[in-house]
Amino acid sequence: MNMHYSSAGGAHRDNLAKGETLLQVDNISLSFGGVKAIQDVSFDIKKGEIRAIIGPNGAGKTSMLNVINGFYHPQEGTITFRGKERRRMRPHVAAQQGISRTFQNIALFKGMSVLDNIMTGRMTLQKRNMLWHALWHGPAQMEELEHRAAVEKIIDFLEIEAIRKTPSGRLPYGLQKRVELGRALAAEPALLLLDEPMAGMNLEEKEDMSRFILDVNHQFGTTIALIEHDMGVVMDLSDRVMVLDYGRKIGDGTPDDVRKNRDVIDAYLGVSHDD
Amino acid sequence: MSANVSILPNDGPATFPQYLILNASRFASRPAMRHRDFGIWHSWTWSEMYEEIRYFSIGLSKLGVKAGDRIAIVGQNKPRLYWSFCAAQALGAIPIPVYADSVAEEMVYVLNHAEVSLAICQDQEQVDKILSLSDELKKLKSIIYDESRGLQDYDPKNLHSFEQIQDLGREEILDTGDENWKKQIAKGKGDDLAVMLYTSGTTGRPKGVMLSFDNLAISARNANEFDHLDEKEEILAYLPLAWVGDHVFSYAQSYVAGYCVCCPESQPTAEECRREIAPSYFFAPPRVFENMLTAITVNMEDAGRFKRLMFKYFMDHAGEYGEKILNGEPVGFFNRLKYWLGEFFVYGPLKNRLGFTGIKVGYTAGEAIGPEIFRFYRSIGLNLKQLYGQTEASVYVSAQPDGQISAESVGTPCPDVEIEIADNGEVLYRSPGVFIGYYKDDKATNSTKTKDGWVHTGDAGFIDHDGHLRIIDRAKDVGKLNDGSLFAPKFIENKLKFFPNIKEAVAFGDGRDMCCVFLNIDLTSVGNWAERNNISYASYQELAGHPSVYKMMEEHVEQVNKELSSEEMMAGSQIHRFLVLHKELDPDDGELTRTQKVRRSFIADRYGELIEALYDGSTEKFVETEVVFEDGRKGKISATVEICDVTVFAHGDKEAAA
Repeated sequence: MNMHYSSAGGAHRDNLAKGETLLQVDNISLSFGGVKAIQDVSFDIKKGEIRAIIGPNGAGKTSMLNVINGFYHPQEGTITFRGKERRRMRPHVAAQQGISRTFQNIALFKGMSVLDNIMTGRMTLQKRNMLWHALWHGPAQMEELEHRAAVEKIIDFLEIEAIRKTPSGRLPYGLQKRVELGRALAAEPALLLLDEPMAGMNLEEKEDMSRFILDVNHQFGTTIALIEHDMGVVMDLSDRVMVLDYGRKIGDGTPDDVRKNRDVIDAYLGVSHDD
Repeated sequence: MSANVSILPNDGPATFPQYLILNASRFASRPAMRHRDFGIWHSWTWSEMYEEIRYFSIGLSKLGVKAGDRIAIVGQNKPRLYWSFCAAQALGAIPIPVYADSVAEEMVYVLNHAEVSLAICQDQEQVDKILSLSDELKKLKSIIYDESRGLQDYDPKNLHSFEQIQDLGREEILDTGDENWKKQIAKGKGDDLAVMLYTSGTTGRPKGVMLSFDNLAISARNANEFDHLDEKEEILAYLPLAWVGDHVFSYAQSYVAGYCVCCPESQPTAEECRREIAPSYFFAPPRVFENMLTAITVNMEDAGRFKRLMFKYFMDHAGEYGEKILNGEPVGFFNRLKYWLGEFFVYGPLKNRLGFTGIKVGYTAGEAIGPEIFRFYRSIGLNLKQLYGQTEASVYVSAQPDGQISAESVGTPCPDVEIEIADNGEVLYRSPGVFIGYYKDDKATNSTKTKDGWVHTGDAGFIDHDGHLRIIDRAKDVGKLNDGSLFAPKFIENKLKFFPNIKEAVAFGDGRDMCCVFLNIDLTSVGNWAERNNISYASYQELAGHPSVYKMMEEHVEQVNKELSSEEMMAGSQIHRFLVLHKELDPDDGELTRTQKVRRSFIADRYGELIEALYDGSTEKFVETEVVFEDGRKGKISATVEICDVTVFAHGDKEAAA
């Protein structure tokens, strides 16, 4: 019943205190041919906060997330994660360093059970190589049991016990999203990136998901960066919000600051103003 | 451990803590309780459970719990909550289980009425609920919780975890021993107040039914003998703790017989857990059996052609011979062989899927079960029986003995129970299980229980020629139409509810010209049908109002009218008009009781406009209804509800009979 899930970044322990800068993005520019997806954007993510990235469609939010976890390589700018600067990095390296994410379009293994799907999130934490796992008995089995215990705690946390053995493809959308969150959590990330965790959900599912996001942040101390379109959700959940529009940063601050920001209002409503 | 047994009274244990001491010695290494947590079953033997309860109970006394204190137990079926019953009773305190899903206002009434001084909660949700009421709960001094998740940052004043209390108990035992605790248990007598169970409140405010140890223990002993239950049984505890049925099956009978009670991980996993445990003794209200059958029917419709044919072939065979084989009647060799094949190919796997492989006895009660549903389960070899009971009787009033089963009756009087039918048709009984009285409500006690111990059930019924009791309806619900024909709403509703597509029905007609009904569609079943017929819908409301759904409902209602017309008594109460409600009836809105029974008068009040529309001939009606969400907030839904006329048949009509 008690959660023994190691808090504050779990497997990826660091010496950062809450509130110190976990990730620093400086002057990032990213373009695909002639399309400038991100232009000279800088911002930071502090340890233990919930950081939202918002903006109209095509503003470059998902590109930004892809840059952070190493899927895209920006042409200019630097990223500093836990004090280490990097320019080029493969996604699996990002995963090993403690960045995990969920996707806008669900990316689960549809034929695999929920349990197995979440188990895949533990991949980067497995110490034994394939040969050991092929042998199975002995150390690999011990290790798997440990991982299974960790996964069960996540299942309990996300209240998905009843679907533990259901193939994920058979689940309703809202639950699949939750399973995806579970898989991201299984890696015990230091930084969790959520790409539109509530897109396409009904009100009840949104409320559930918001509760889980807050609980993850509160209980495990996981730092969260999320992209979301539902403004009500963003303003309620996040500590700080960054606003992108056409690849540029047009606002950054607490939800209240952002709400009052004239540029942000314009970008969202698309109206001109005279003053 | 045997030293402990010496403290028991000479004529055997009378209270549950005394039974615990006995079981810890006679069944020391047999499992007493299981709980699935993190996907794995954990077990406690009787001696381990004794230790857990001992620590907790002594911890409670250290916290200041005294004899006569009232302790609320709020949550789902969890081992620690079951232990709390016994731990409280060991100190002479009175446990009061409360429905975990009741909203704050409901809870406040019960907790205040019972003057609860301590609440034992399952998790944060329940703690929050109680804390939000703390201004109104004057007598409540402290709260104990089982699951600590989310509670770390709460003000620890007056809030303790289960472990903390057990630690208190451990220290106390090291310091001063547990002699006083054992002496207290030894002092327990059979006629002491054991528990207070609040009735779900079908009519008005919940009433606190006071049951003594004798009430429960003697009833439990009789029931165990009646069905030959012993320490080898395994049951799944999944029904609300506050309901008398669960208290008797999962607590009283388990302590008396020494059998094992298994707690599922959570409500949604109950079915999966049942499959893993394969209980040998199982109780479910008719609704659960209905839902299972609906799920089977829906899944079979999605199955391949060969499987469908095989299922139909063997189910037809089971329908004809299954019950006879179960009842031990003579059946020819060839048909037995075919049944055996069916067992191998269909019934066995089906029972395995449902978790009924190990079942010895299954019971259903609470409401009438559709005869077809009842026969279905019996035909696949499940010894499903009906019983009739009440909180006031410690459950058992009548039950069907093995081999004397019928879908219509509720069996013969249970051991030591006497039954009488009053002049107005009301069923009266007298038994060792008859309650002490309603707490702080002598008026209600006197109107229900006579001086010489007879209890008015409020149900109308009669004893049939086999000596079995049959219940028609609530005595006060049976009414008459204006033309004088009999109107038994439940009888009609149950006929409608047998259709897998209809989840709930409410019939009106008493003192009116004709019978009309409200229907609720079953979203699982109708939703599946809609999927297969390319009918798109966004919500319950939209599907319920769909013309083809209406057409389907019309066919169902007509079918019921045909059946009604074939019985002389009932032919007059055929359904003339119906409508499909725009929302599901919900206990959160007060339309159903917590045990999912329709609250007729409340619905009549709430949907007054719709009822008028049924009788004034209009074809549609706009309504706006307030709904309460689970967290207690309120919203509104509005809809234009269509009203549909149905053909009625004359009694003995050839066409109807065909």
